[in-house]
Amino acid sequence: MTGKIESALRRTIDAGGKGLVPYITGGYPGWVDSVRACAANGADAIEIGIPFSDPVMDGPIIQQSSQVALNAGATPISILQEIRTLDVDIPIAVMCYYNTVFHAGHERFAESLAAAGVSGAIIPDLPLEEAGDWCIAADAAGIETIMLAAPTAPDARLPLVVARARGFVYSVGLLGVTGERSELSSTATTLAARVKKVTDKPVLVGVGVSNAEQAVEASRVSDGVIMGAAVVRRMIEGGSEAVGDFVSGVRKALDAATW
Amino acid sequence: MSIMVTPGSDGRFGEFGGRFVPETLVPACQELEAAFADAWSDPMFRSDLDQLLHEYAGRPSGITECHNLSRKLGIRLILKREDLNHTGSHKINNVLGQVLLAKRMGKKRIVAETGAGQHGVASATAAALLGLSCKVYMGEVDVSRQELNVFRMRLLGSEVEAVTSGSRTLKDAVNEAMRDWVASVETTHYCLGSVMGPHPYPYMVRQFHRVIGTEAFEQTNELLGTTPDYVVACVGGGSNAMGIFSGFIDTPAQLIGVEPAGGAAVTRGQPGVVHGMKSYLMQDEYGQVAEAHSISAGLDYPGVGPEHSYLASIGRAHYPTVTDDEVIEAFQLMSREEGIIPALECAHAMAWISREAKNMQGKTVLMNLSGRGDKDVGQMMSILDGLK
Repeated sequence: MTGKIESALRRTIDAGGKGLVPYITGGYPGWVDSVRACAANGADAIEIGIPFSDPVMDGPIIQQSSQVALNAGATPISILQEIRTLDVDIPIAVMCYYNTVFHAGHERFAESLAAAGVSGAIIPDLPLEEAGDWCIAADAAGIETIMLAAPTAPDARLPLVVARARGFVYSVGLLGVTGERSELSSTATTLAARVKKVTDKPVLVGVGVSNAEQAVEASRVSDGVIMGAAVVRRMIEGGSEAVGDFVSGVRKALDAATW
Repeated sequence: MSIMVTPGSDGRFGEFGGRFVPETLVPACQELEAAFADAWSDPMFRSDLDQLLHEYAGRPSGITECHNLSRKLGIRLILKREDLNHTGSHKINNVLGQVLLAKRMGKKRIVAETGAGQHGVASATAAALLGLSCKVYMGEVDVSRQELNVFRMRLLGSEVEAVTSGSRTLKDAVNEAMRDWVASVETTHYCLGSVMGPHPYPYMVRQFHRVIGTEAFEQTNELLGTTPDYVVACVGGGSNAMGIFSGFIDTPAQLIGVEPAGGAAVTRGQPGVVHGMKSYLMQDEYGQVAEAHSISAGLDYPGVGPEHSYLASIGRAHYPTVTDDEVIEAFQLMSREEGIIPALECAHAMAWISREAKNMQGKTVLMNLSGRGDKDVGQMMSILDGLK
């Protein structure tokens, strides 16, 4: 069965468009308004970060926003409670580190996501070999587990990763942690092309996609982009209005481009 | 059959261990696992390493019977003198192995984390010797309490970066080293400093430190004609303890890993996942990793190596705690009684022995003196001044 996230992306892709998935740090002051701003300005789905004390895949911007959220008292439970009452009509994925899942228990965590109306999960420190038990629990609860494909993966590994992926395949845009870069890494399009070769699932490029121009460049090969630090920085600097303006700009650029 | 586990490709010691890393690092860990297996079974690699350990690090390290403390405490106390190795601690055993391996793998650069600075100094030393560039991540708090080691690393040609995220101690230095490695994995080896992290590190680092236990087994056997009743070591991540335990794991000796009360992963933690491994971990009700608080930068760590979690879970080793006050006392006790200034980390082991001696009367106790205390005298000077 195709889940809500994959369905939403397919609607856009089948109409000739590209998917846009912004990331917002859950629990950051005013984050719910920023989620609404993303939804109102053309996001196909949204990724909500559940802050963790030790975010090894994240660069300075998302680290900083996570720390602010934790200092403000954010917990997985408080964030899921707010998601439950969120009035947006696009599907939601959470991004969280594995100890948040493991500590709660696989089944319990998957069910709490489903109960909050969350459709998918991205767990950046849970690679394929360790993901089995979680994926079973997630599948059972109807949660789409979005797997990451990395530039370092040999050809033989990619089919195994995409086979386990639900929702879409997260094609990691560079060797490194999340954060804005002045240029799109050449590995972004190289990897996206390799992943596209082995799957029919939507393939989105994330990590290091920093502006509308880079989003268009990445989408020449992929089915769209995930944008994290670029969005979060605007939330930190200018709140939900700045987030809305930025997402709207990327949406327009993606819609205006010819593929 | 030995109790000692050789983990399979899943990297497990019982339920603990594993490889919980970003997808980007999985191929690098697999490559390292294969390269280590290949090197470890290659007599040329082993003889190169043995030669370095002997000629450069000064192995074998001796044992010292502490007659004064023995008399005072009513036990027979023997020290394994890892403090006498080049760079002043056991850390050199692992680092020479890993840097030799990194070179064999064609890497040009290493990154390392450090708490007290001992692993950082050892890494900087091995990198200087073997011609690799080296960057060491160190929490900002530790940079200020271990400034001499920071200077040493820079003198040895390494770059030292103060880490300002989180608790600004060892845990955050590990995060930052892993972030560097995610970006630099093609040219860089992560020279992890303890029996922790993703597979194969806990296993590989233990193998590099087994020499401690192998030597100590023979040396105590020669001195005592039998194995000691107790083998005691301090535990942060737990590399010096795994090194010495490995020589006695299949003997009747009681294995004691002493944790600081403020960083007691086994006593106060629950199974959790951080830094690539499943192990006992101090955490809150939502799984956020707790900040450790210890007088010793090297033990200021909320987790513990997965093999220790395994040994604790099967009851083969025990992990009591000591307080900072007991450690300050033990630091002075060993200095005064034996003329040996222990590293603050090792003073934890001494503190437990001193406290529990009443229950070990007449017993033989082998303690791993894993490092010397020169690096700690500045910190102790201000602590003792403050107590006056």
